[in-house]
Amino acid sequence: MNFDFSDEQKLLRQTAREFLDKNAPLTLCRAVLESDASFSDTLWKSVSELGWLATSIPEEFGGAGFGRLEMAVLAEEAGRVLAPIPFSSTAYLATEALLLAGTEEQKKRFLPRIATGEWIGAFAHNEGAGEPGPKQIATALKDKLKGSKSPVADGDIAHFAIVTAKSGKEVGLAIVELGGRGITRSTLRSIDPSRSLATLTFKNAPAEWLGGAPCGWDKIQNLLDRSAVLMAFEQLGGATRAFELTREYVLGRYAFGRPVASFQAIKHRLADLYVAIELARSNCYYAAWALENDAPQLGVAACGARVSASDAFELASKEMVQMHGGVGFTWEFDCHLFYRRAKYLGSILGSPNLWREQLVQRLGA
Amino acid sequence: MDFNDTPEEAAFRAEARAWLQANAEPLTAGESPGELERTNPEIVKRSQAWQAKKADNGWACITWPKEFGGRGATSIQSVIWGQEEGKFRTPPNIFGIGQGMLGPTIMVHGTQEQKDRYIRPMLRGEEIWCQMFSEPSAGSDLAGLRTTAVRDGDDWIINGQKIWTTGAQYCKWGMIVTRTDPNAEKHKGITYFILDMESPGIEIRPIKQINGMSGFNEVFFTDVRVSDKNRVGAVNDGWRGALTTLMNERHSIGAGGGGPDFNDLIRLTKEVQWNGKPAFEDAGVRQRLADFYVRLKGLQYTGYRGQTALSRGSTPGPESSIGKLVGAPLRQDIAAFAISLQGAAGAILDRGDGVEEGVWQQMYLGTPGLRLAGGTDEILRNIIAERVLGLPPEIRADKGMPFKDIPTGPKS
Repeated sequence: MNFDFSDEQKLLRQTAREFLDKNAPLTLCRAVLESDASFSDTLWKSVSELGWLATSIPEEFGGAGFGRLEMAVLAEEAGRVLAPIPFSSTAYLATEALLLAGTEEQKKRFLPRIATGEWIGAFAHNEGAGEPGPKQIATALKDKLKGSKSPVADGDIAHFAIVTAKSGKEVGLAIVELGGRGITRSTLRSIDPSRSLATLTFKNAPAEWLGGAPCGWDKIQNLLDRSAVLMAFEQLGGATRAFELTREYVLGRYAFGRPVASFQAIKHRLADLYVAIELARSNCYYAAWALENDAPQLGVAACGARVSASDAFELASKEMVQMHGGVGFTWEFDCHLFYRRAKYLGSILGSPNLWREQLVQRLGA
Repeated sequence: MDFNDTPEEAAFRAEARAWLQANAEPLTAGESPGELERTNPEIVKRSQAWQAKKADNGWACITWPKEFGGRGATSIQSVIWGQEEGKFRTPPNIFGIGQGMLGPTIMVHGTQEQKDRYIRPMLRGEEIWCQMFSEPSAGSDLAGLRTTAVRDGDDWIINGQKIWTTGAQYCKWGMIVTRTDPNAEKHKGITYFILDMESPGIEIRPIKQINGMSGFNEVFFTDVRVSDKNRVGAVNDGWRGALTTLMNERHSIGAGGGGPDFNDLIRLTKEVQWNGKPAFEDAGVRQRLADFYVRLKGLQYTGYRGQTALSRGSTPGPESSIGKLVGAPLRQDIAAFAISLQGAAGAILDRGDGVEEGVWQQMYLGTPGLRLAGGTDEILRNIIAERVLGLPPEIRADKGMPFKDIPTGPKS
């Protein structure tokens, strides 16, 4: 039994944490949130230089050729600092889509530019409110791409997008360079302005199928599963940090002549929060193992990681606001950064309810 | 990351499995070990025979040092042995309290004479042990115990009452904490003894639980005489030994096995019809199923993390303390949910027409006990908050007060 990260991976974690402590304090997240910028260009450049975006890209396509466990480590660290960069869209979704469904030529065209950080990717899947499934995709690719996707995480800043589209009765993944003709983008107001959202409208935009033909829903679901595992680590990181900051705050604040942390009403809830985070962590570890080994359990494991990490981050961020009391509701304190990010990450890849349903479908089969 | 044994672990597993295959019947696929009535004298005999066989072949109490009859096995070997033995049809282990908690206490705090006399028969299952800690007014606040022991020459005289004593009916020995100085602070006037359960003046009454079973007893003491030679640790220093016992208890109490599992729950949702359709197709049912599954798996994989630490020879991290706190209420919630699936028929305890009948109802009636035994949910949250998260300890109203002056509530 070796259900843990290796010493090398732990060293990677330590290096990443030291780097982010210096270069991505919460003031950076706040700066993006309070400005018109959609992301921190500076942080994006520096993580690119560190090779983060190359992590899971094979060497033949300009990558570092590490595994998904290394990516999971970086995702968790990015989550801890609420990194205001399009990491998930590019490094989990777009990269995984290309590796999963792209032709050699497509991989050669896109992956090296992802690896260096030159190109930001986006995953355009949702078409308005509700949970998208194979029957709900109206965007169509027949020679050209037609349709509208909204919301698209990082859609306003991406250089290219992976778009779910249909062709007759088939569905697949299209790839579109967003600088081309027939594409309009409009930025949406995000619940977490440190991470952006946009609507992408395609009017006869040039596009091609990843892999040359519609890949089918199973592959799209597989892409969602793979990305959900990595995003779960980002959520886990956010939950853990929210918990740590809250613990520190209630230890330091006094009421009725004693630390707020000494009241059982607080102690017991922090214990429950700790439990929720540890259960999520264990589900995430299992999913990381399944992802790294392409195990048949990946689908079920991804659902478990997504559900428990989304719920844990939401709980942590809610408790963070509540346990800070009145100041937790102020713009000035950082609680809302976590409260917003938890909802953003918990939404953009499908709600936990959708993933619960997905889980039961798989268990019932 | 992988789930494989190290070569040493694999070799140990193979050795354990080979011995078990030669000496026990494997469980058939889908068969669960089942719950046997532990108080049945026939079952007690079978358990003792199996324990003796293990002891004769070096498979009893394997983590105990060799000098006490163990094999000095590592914690991960103990986990592996438990996994392998669990695959065979063996009688229930009724020796856990002695071997898991009291034996290790005697090894640390007992005299040489006590070690020589008690440890080996305990290991072989020849003498079964019970633990007499809780009292009617000392549960979570164990140190508030009021059963007294008063010195009388070379003996002590015990008067009072213990409760929640597992197996008192069939135990030869018990370990008991008593109040020996009511003028001292509550933790400083306690003395720990080994007591012959056949002594005159002991009366044992089974407690009928809400599920109708009687796993526990009340034990009454009227002028029960115990020799000073049976004292464990110094006079008025028994709390130290009690803590050793409790520390070992936390290692040995899980969320409780037996009863139906998640696959049984899925099967039930598919069998039960809701207005002509299986309940399994209902969206609300499916959301609940998913939540249960994710929590159950989270617990299982948290166990893997603990085993990884053991496999490396280190101590499991704080995450291993969450097992009972998560598992016990979860099992209660699952039972309540399974009953709700059955609609009005959920109110039927037992039709008496099948082995599967009423399993969820029995589970519902049994699970409240899991949330209380070996540390209530509330005490476990305090433990996590204080020892894992480093939050301040509870403020104690009885701190520094002589035991006899501690308020005990309004007198009627």
